[in-house]
Amino acid sequence: MIRALIIFLTVFGPPAAAQEVVAALSQNRVSITASFDGSEILVFGAVKHDKPVDETMPLDVIVTITGPKQPIIVRRKERVAGIWINTDAVDVDEAPSFYSISTTRPLAEILSDLEILRYKISINRTIRSVGAPQDIMDPGNFTDALIRIRTKNGLYQLRENTAFLAEDTLFRTNVALPSNLVEGSYTANIYLTRDRKVISTSQSVINVQKVGLERWIYSLAHERPLIYGILSLAIAIAAGWTASAVFRYLRG
Amino acid sequence: MQIYLPIAEVSVNAFLLLGLGGLVGILSGMFGVGGGFLMTPLLFFIGIPPAVAVATEANQIVASSFSGVLAHLRRKTVDLKMGTVLLTGGLFGAAVGVQVFAMLREMGQVDLLVKLSYVVFLGIIGTLMFVESLNAIRKARKAAGAYTPRKKHTWIHALPFKMKFRTSGLYISVIPPLLIGVAVGVLAAIMGVGGGFIMVPAMIYILGMPTKVVVGTSLFQIIFVTGFTTLMHATTNFTVDMPLAVLLLIGGVIGAQIGARIGVKMKAEQLRILLAIMVLAVCGKLAMDLLLQPGELYSLGASGHV
Repeated sequence: MIRALIIFLTVFGPPAAAQEVVAALSQNRVSITASFDGSEILVFGAVKHDKPVDETMPLDVIVTITGPKQPIIVRRKERVAGIWINTDAVDVDEAPSFYSISTTRPLAEILSDLEILRYKISINRTIRSVGAPQDIMDPGNFTDALIRIRTKNGLYQLRENTAFLAEDTLFRTNVALPSNLVEGSYTANIYLTRDRKVISTSQSVINVQKVGLERWIYSLAHERPLIYGILSLAIAIAAGWTASAVFRYLRG
Repeated sequence: MQIYLPIAEVSVNAFLLLGLGGLVGILSGMFGVGGGFLMTPLLFFIGIPPAVAVATEANQIVASSFSGVLAHLRRKTVDLKMGTVLLTGGLFGAAVGVQVFAMLREMGQVDLLVKLSYVVFLGIIGTLMFVESLNAIRKARKAAGAYTPRKKHTWIHALPFKMKFRTSGLYISVIPPLLIGVAVGVLAAIMGVGGGFIMVPAMIYILGMPTKVVVGTSLFQIIFVTGFTTLMHATTNFTVDMPLAVLLLIGGVIGAQIGARIGVKMKAEQLRILLAIMVLAVCGKLAMDLLLQPGELYSLGASGHV
């Protein structure tokens, strides 16, 4: 097993590259506060050259950010007796809650299909769906719908030509995180490509977390649900009483 | 001003929520309905996950109803005795309704059944109220000042276990109000609303209570039924969003006070016909959703729960 892995890595693994990518993020944690309204992450870095730059083969950079993976159900409506109801459903085993690809040039020009497959740099490839029910003939339509809906909500983004590489050395790109983020670890992968192949990669993690009041409310709701419920009711009653008292006072 | 909701996990405009709360609060104070049947679909529309919308709405209704009921208590337009009988049935019904809800969820068609029951109930109640109040207004125009006897002897008066409800001026059996309480409780739990829009017409047309007392009494029992529902959602589904509830209820309690004052100045028939029109409008909207082809046939749902 281990030998097989070693052979696999020597044959298919990234070659000892003349160029290496070094990357950093403007922030390694995103704090969700009450006023959180999305965030922007700057991914930047440099290419280390061991050999002189080969001018004939341009370098390119691809940056992907992947949110925590979750299972999800995709349902489809159908007309039954004149009414539109949910009929078919497909369980998608794993879909990232957020996924963005930023590239220096159109993806197809800087990466071969084989490499796209191998590094899973594609919105389609990040979704893992096995075992659609037997009676569903077109499971592909369900994953397409998942991608379509999430793209519309700004959760899946393919942003070609939004990364910039200067002098084959310095690169940067801005990735906008929308306000409907879920908590968890987001992985930023940076790929350096040449001749439609990945020659170097780098990885960083961004922690997205609720903080302060948001954290406190979330924890209370999940760890002490009864107290949370009673507190919610108390706030409701107090607010109702206050409004009544204030209006009474206003009317003299 | 955008605010991030910790349980719903979305960012929404705080003023929009205040406004929605205020609008629904006015209706709540005027008609004695919790307003859930309006607010819950509105929350779906602005992108709050359905499970969070339903649970948080219950919490908000507690506040607006409490504010409204205080205004009614001062004017002595709450029949506490009748309210207690109704809510006894209501709590029992809510507990049953939650079990029914869980069963439907396992069958996987809970959305459809909730919507269908909305359409059916809102349609029937709206139409009945509309026709009845139109007739009442016409009659009032024809013979202004003429006395029309309201109380008629029906099957309700033949039932045993009679009780005096002084505030309502009724001497009837406790069985009909208890049964109405149970029915409304079940529906409230399934449809995620306070049930005022069913309770109010039931009190007027089945029990024969005077309209002015109906509103306060309905609010009184809604507080308890929705309070119970809030606690159950908080402990079983963790879907009550406190900041969302607070924003909605700040608007809501203020609206309820204004609404209660508007309600006093209006004639009972006018009040009823307005409520009927509103009920029918919501019913029509929901029916259209079911009948017309949706723009997006697919929808996403969290796996495992809800």
